[in-house]
Amino acid sequence: MKAVITVTGKDTVGIIADVSAVCAKHGANIREITQNVLDEYFAMIMIATLDGLNIPFADFVDELAALGKSRGLDIHTMHEDIFNTMHHI
Amino acid sequence: MLNTHDILETINMIREENLDIRTITMGISLLDCVSEDPDRLCQKIYDKITRRADKLVRVGQGIEKEYGVPIVNKRVSVTPISLVGGDLSPDAYLKIAHTLQHAARELGINFIGGFSALVHKGYTVGARNLISVIPQALAETETVCSSVNVATTKAGINMDAVAQMGHVIKQCAELTADKDSIGAAKLVVFANVPQDNPFMAGAFHGIGEPDSVINVGVSGPGVVASAIKRAGDCDLSELADVIKKTAFKITRVGQLVAKEAADRLGTPFGIVDLSLAPTPAIGDSVAHILEGMGLESCGAHGTTAALAMLNDAVKKGGVMASSHVGGLSGAFIPVSEDAGMIAAVERGALTIEKLEAMTAVCSVGLDMIAIPGDTPDAVISGIIADEISIGVANTKTTAVRLIPAIGKGVGDSVEFGGLLGYAPIIRLNQYSPEKFISRGGRIPAPIHSLKN
Repeated sequence: MKAVITVTGKDTVGIIADVSAVCAKHGANIREITQNVLDEYFAMIMIATLDGLNIPFADFVDELAALGKSRGLDIHTMHEDIFNTMHHI
Repeated sequence: MLNTHDILETINMIREENLDIRTITMGISLLDCVSEDPDRLCQKIYDKITRRADKLVRVGQGIEKEYGVPIVNKRVSVTPISLVGGDLSPDAYLKIAHTLQHAARELGINFIGGFSALVHKGYTVGARNLISVIPQALAETETVCSSVNVATTKAGINMDAVAQMGHVIKQCAELTADKDSIGAAKLVVFANVPQDNPFMAGAFHGIGEPDSVINVGVSGPGVVASAIKRAGDCDLSELADVIKKTAFKITRVGQLVAKEAADRLGTPFGIVDLSLAPTPAIGDSVAHILEGMGLESCGAHGTTAALAMLNDAVKKGGVMASSHVGGLSGAFIPVSEDAGMIAAVERGALTIEKLEAMTAVCSVGLDMIAIPGDTPDAVISGIIADEISIGVANTKTTAVRLIPAIGKGVGDSVEFGGLLGYAPIIRLNQYSPEKFISRGGRIPAPIHSLKN
């Protein structure tokens, strides 16, 4: 399965590094990154395959959310099917 | 292939516009629990519900986490208890209500529906005994919901039941007077009741349903309201298209969740209920959609037309998004559960007569409306009779969920908290229908040719 990870908040040094580190630690393979910085506002969408995930998906979601909280960012990790279902017939 | 716009649109719907799955409801048949020994019956009911729905809450939470979409309620509906209890005594029926409450607590669900009877043509002993203890059952339990079907288009209206339900609603309110009469908020009187409705308080598991089934109710008034706002000054044809497209997207999420829940619970998927179910939260109001369409206030002349269009567009968009559609399907217009409806009643723009007209074109009926506590039983029955006749004549589901606010009158309000919200007490017509209601008998089924 693939997950969509969205990260939004104030731009600071090392956001991508930190998110990528959590992904690497748990075996999530990053396939695609789209990222924008408008003024000081950072927005990133990351698509990762989770076939090799070494912890339960729910724990992965929580760990990224906790990382976001500690850095003042909003990080949401969602199964890609919700997007596919909603936008593709 | 996913694109950034689609991803952001979905996330915005969930985070900013209150898109959620309102309920995953597991329907469970209790027909195989039948026993002439009340204790044995209760034990079998408890065992079956807790066994079948054992994983319901956990699975719901798992899906919520994985897909990032809130699933507000996980609930259970059961076979109408009057069919399961047969000719047991009223006391035994009360015991069953406590059993349902006990099972709901064990499962961690907030409501269990099905303390119900179908009396559209007449009473069985079981229906009579069950209805006689509804007020006590709803006062002594928190999670049990009750419904009574008093009419169908094919059978006509059982006016003896309509008269009785006016009295029962009042009793429900009186027995819970210290809690703003909340007992009455857990009781729905129906015409043409659907057998697969996932929404409380009217949910039960119909007799043609499989042993257990997963039904899902979606929501998303905020998403529709935002889409209408973005559409700007377009004409109504375009606006109907905007609503259809939005309803399609909302319902697709419902379909995904329903399929996932059914697979994980090893239970057949029943239906998705295409609903716009409001909550008292800001930005989650059906009234605000109508106002977004161009009405100064919900309740203004034009409201019925706007609601008819909204309801139709929601169904058209939703039908294509789901493999099986059922339940109540349409826009709900409860007063206490909708910030815009509450405001419209408070400013005097929305009256019970207008609400009644609105129910002719939308899903369900007169819902969560607080009325003065000293309203005579016959007047409540008159309101039920009017509302039910709209359903019968138009071959649609209609329902009544009124809360006589004991000790309060027009100008006061009742506060239920949570999803049930609060409601200003609405003014009623003061003239009496008592003679008409006390005639009893049945209003014959309507003719369905010579339509005018």
